[in-house]
Amino acid sequence: MARARTGVRALGAVLAAVLGVSLAGCSSTGGKRAEDARKAQAAAGKAAVNTPRWTFAMVTHSGDGDTFWDIVQSGAEQAAAKDNINFLYAHSDEGQQQAQLVDSYISKEVDALIVTLAKPDAMKAVVAKARKAGIPVITVNSGSKQSKAYGALTHIGQDETIAGEAVGDELDARGKKKALCVLHEQGNVGHEQRCAGAKKTFGGDMQNLYVDGTNMPDVQASIEAKLQADRSIDSVVTLGAPFADAAVQARKTAGSKAEIDTFDLNPKVAKALQEGTLGFAVDQQPYLQGYQAVDLLWLYKYNADVLGGGRPVLTGPQIITEKDAAELEEFTERGTR
Amino acid sequence: MSTSAPPATPDKAPDKADERLLRTSPLRKLMGRPELGSVVGAVAVFVFFSVVADAFLRTSSLATVLYAASTLGIMAVPVALLMIGGEFDLSAGVMVTSSALISSMFSYQMTANVWVGALVSLLVTLGLGAFNGLMLTRTKLPSFIITLGTFLMLTGLNLGLTKLISGTVSTKSIGDMEGFPSAKSVFGEFTVGDTTVKATIVWWIVLIALATWILLRTRFGNWIFAVGGGADAARAVGVPVKRTKILLYMGVAFAAWVSGQHLLFSFDVVQSGEGVGNELTYIIAAVIGGCLITGGYGSAIGSAVGALIFGMTSKGIVYAEWNPDWFKFFLGAMLLLATLLNAWVRKRAEATT
Repeated sequence: MARARTGVRALGAVLAAVLGVSLAGCSSTGGKRAEDARKAQAAAGKAAVNTPRWTFAMVTHSGDGDTFWDIVQSGAEQAAAKDNINFLYAHSDEGQQQAQLVDSYISKEVDALIVTLAKPDAMKAVVAKARKAGIPVITVNSGSKQSKAYGALTHIGQDETIAGEAVGDELDARGKKKALCVLHEQGNVGHEQRCAGAKKTFGGDMQNLYVDGTNMPDVQASIEAKLQADRSIDSVVTLGAPFADAAVQARKTAGSKAEIDTFDLNPKVAKALQEGTLGFAVDQQPYLQGYQAVDLLWLYKYNADVLGGGRPVLTGPQIITEKDAAELEEFTERGTR
Repeated sequence: MSTSAPPATPDKAPDKADERLLRTSPLRKLMGRPELGSVVGAVAVFVFFSVVADAFLRTSSLATVLYAASTLGIMAVPVALLMIGGEFDLSAGVMVTSSALISSMFSYQMTANVWVGALVSLLVTLGLGAFNGLMLTRTKLPSFIITLGTFLMLTGLNLGLTKLISGTVSTKSIGDMEGFPSAKSVFGEFTVGDTTVKATIVWWIVLIALATWILLRTRFGNWIFAVGGGADAARAVGVPVKRTKILLYMGVAFAAWVSGQHLLFSFDVVQSGEGVGNELTYIIAAVIGGCLITGGYGSAIGSAVGALIFGMTSKGIVYAEWNPDWFKFFLGAMLLLATLLNAWVRKRAEATT
């Protein structure tokens, strides 16, 4: 008993010490306080319309903790707030489970559905079921080819091949000769399409490199190894914003002069673009994908409007360079770009 | 390992009959070491990639391989100790991310010096290790269930809390905060003269030395072997089984903290979904290094050699510029070969003693 009490006392002393240190050890730079000072209080979202409170559900193929899908979701939520929509969101990176989630929303009798078709075959049956139940469906992000055939109203997103092609063209314009395409998820169809698209339009030589996206030091070491093995590589393209930073560090350690370019944005990418550490970023505007999907479904229910004329509505690729980055930095900080 | 038990002749000198008191030659001692097989495997992998990849032998390339091995090796050391103690930890990979997230978010939200965040993170992470150990010893459930539970809970907490506190799924940058440069030189990288050294390599070497000393020279080291070899027998001779296991889990937590701080101070932003799957890599490194999955056998140096094999293989494939479509296959085949070679050498070694 005496021993336990000493333990508790020791723990208490440690906690008190930590508290003391944390009060004394404040940082006068950066941190939450700086953010609060920077950020004016954003007005809370309020409904701008008085249509009935419909329920829209979105089911994506996102994995856990993905910055990109977080931005899609925040776009959808803000449109929902404006359109007086009750917005529900679910995700699974397993095709079968994604389909089951859609199924459960159908039985919940939601008023409209937003889905991604990253694994089209797994989703075909449930999209048909939703149509049968009279629930309008919009597809976003991936599945531009299947969307219409499956009976969706329209597709909102970026064609991955076109985005890749834009990268190839941009690399050509920058006079690059040998590029590296870094894929952080083996077996992701969209990733393969991006690199294939870039390879198609790029005049030089392009190689693929697969890295383990859940292990950042390993991503860095792999890119480092590749840059050391092939000194003639003059550009590296990463497929997600967090990996651009790892590539920048790998370049430094490997003593390479390759330009680093990336898909997608985050605050660090915006900053690095301004500083010139990164060449360019290809943005597919995920905020727009979420926002437009909800807004278009609202328009459809309210006014029977359909956008796109049977063709996908493209949200990208938008090539962002040094000169655009400054105005985007603030938006990336708040998580909408 | 007594192959031919001598006939019981109590009137003759009993100490000669005891195999523990037999004099063994240094070569035989070497052959009996658990990491011997993995060293042979490591040499084989090294020679192989030196031949097939010309870029492999450059100093800068070897530094990269060493870095890749060290980030994994830091965790493989305590994981090996834990396995010798008869348990394993599935939450180790995600705990690294948790530790980095706690540190980053505490510093940012409190606008505190980053060292304060690191200290808080150390306490919380050690607490997580103690939780694993306490749950295990109190409930007597297998470590598979306990740490799988912790793994899932931490994965959820990492995402949920980060989203709740930061508003996004990655943390905010703490790169401009006080204490960052000094913390970066301790956990990230530091420069000696003109060369930049990754701090993980230093941490790794220190941890190997410390763990080897504990295992071979201290009473606690004997306890580890004892609880892994047979917990009931160990308890019967007075080994504090529960305390040993809890401390082993806290050792894993400590290494997770070091790795987590490395993640944070090298990249300054942490993605909350990272780390899943790495726990298996740590276990693989320990197993290649000669740890038995059943416990009671293994070494810290072996885990280091295992990490080195993993680092050489995964980066060697890149240096050899093989078709990346087959990356995982090559990795798997190399690991299997290294482990088989390891097992074969060990069997030969045991047969000769």
